[in-house]
Amino acid sequence: MSSEALDTTQYVHHHLTNMPWKHAFLENKLGDFGVLNLDSLIVSFLLGALVLFLFWCLARRATAGVPSKLQNFIEILFEFIQKQVKETFHGNNPLIAPLALTIFVWILLMNLMDLIPIDLFPRLLGTVGVPYWRMVPTTDLNVTFAMSLSVFILIVYYSVKQKGLLGFAKELLLHPFPYVWMAPINLPLSIVHELAKPVSLALRLFGNLFSGEVIFILIALFPIWWLQWVLGFPWAIFHILIIGIQAFIFTILTIVYLSLAHESH
Amino acid sequence: MNLNLTLFGQMITFALFVWFTKRFVWPVIIKAITDREAKIVAGLAAAERGHHELDLSQERAKELLHEAKAKAMDVVDQAHKQATHILEEARKEARTLGDRMVLLAEEEIVQAKQVAKMALQQELGRMVVKGAERILKQSIDSSVNDRMISDLIAEVGGSE
Repeated sequence: MSSEALDTTQYVHHHLTNMPWKHAFLENKLGDFGVLNLDSLIVSFLLGALVLFLFWCLARRATAGVPSKLQNFIEILFEFIQKQVKETFHGNNPLIAPLALTIFVWILLMNLMDLIPIDLFPRLLGTVGVPYWRMVPTTDLNVTFAMSLSVFILIVYYSVKQKGLLGFAKELLLHPFPYVWMAPINLPLSIVHELAKPVSLALRLFGNLFSGEVIFILIALFPIWWLQWVLGFPWAIFHILIIGIQAFIFTILTIVYLSLAHESH
Repeated sequence: MNLNLTLFGQMITFALFVWFTKRFVWPVIIKAITDREAKIVAGLAAAERGHHELDLSQERAKELLHEAKAKAMDVVDQAHKQATHILEEARKEARTLGDRMVLLAEEEIVQAKQVAKMALQQELGRMVVKGAERILKQSIDSSVNDRMISDLIAEVGGSE
């Protein structure tokens, strides 16, 4: 009984451990922070590179005439993103739409990895000596925070660029209470308000995907074989929804935040 | 599960991807889309124009047909008129020709009459001479004479 419980714990733990890449120098300098999650880096890079390569190939052959079926499909995606950007973002910034597109397709693809049977890649790679492998990069906080922090940097950059350093400072000091004497209260509120953006972006995506992953792991632990389908199948279908919705939410909120950065309240 | 250097690795990857999309992918595809939009708009306008032109030319064709019909009617009318005119002319000519022929025939008749009269007169002369001869040959018998003369007259009158 206890050994079985240990097995279960080990199984769950194994599935929630990233493949580490350690270097003595980095570890000495940075401790635990000096580790690279190879699986997250490789899977996310491969997925992004794959879809961007596809886009690039299509862009080279893109025609204003009758489009191929694939081009048509991609154009629907592009127009969908463009529509979202046009509806939400009223400034003129050529970066927003490509940024939104990249975020959307990248997150969508990384989330989609959740539908691959959870034991498939860890087992396959285990046979060639890779001890840990997590296939879904968005269940790694580093991945979600990398995107949300990048977006946060852009928010701050464009806030300063559009409103000037003074304007941005004013905004931080005079919101939500528009009195100068309230500034000491306004500043911490504003800072929390701004910091909540990247944190909520990252944690929302991570939380949804991580919990989904955990449930897949738990389902995989059921000892009765047919329960795999009875439970796994509906959860996978439900998860398809979550995959799309989370990618969409991250994209839309990015556009909204950057739009706010461009407009003064 | 902990934050580590992966964060920065991912940020670099992310920045690269966004740059690549902005530089090589987004503008090209969007340009294709807007170009096609413009093409479709132009095509629709051209179709509209073509439709309009077709209407116009149909109208024009109708007009031309009308004109041609009217012209044809004119031509037929004129031809009719000319035909009747020619017929009239021919009739007139025929009439004058006929009149002349009648005239000639009458003249001929008159001439023939003259000739016949002359021939009769000659015959009469000859008969008178013959009668005279006979009378002279026979004895003077007035009754016979008278009968002879009346016979002669009857002969002459009958032959006329």
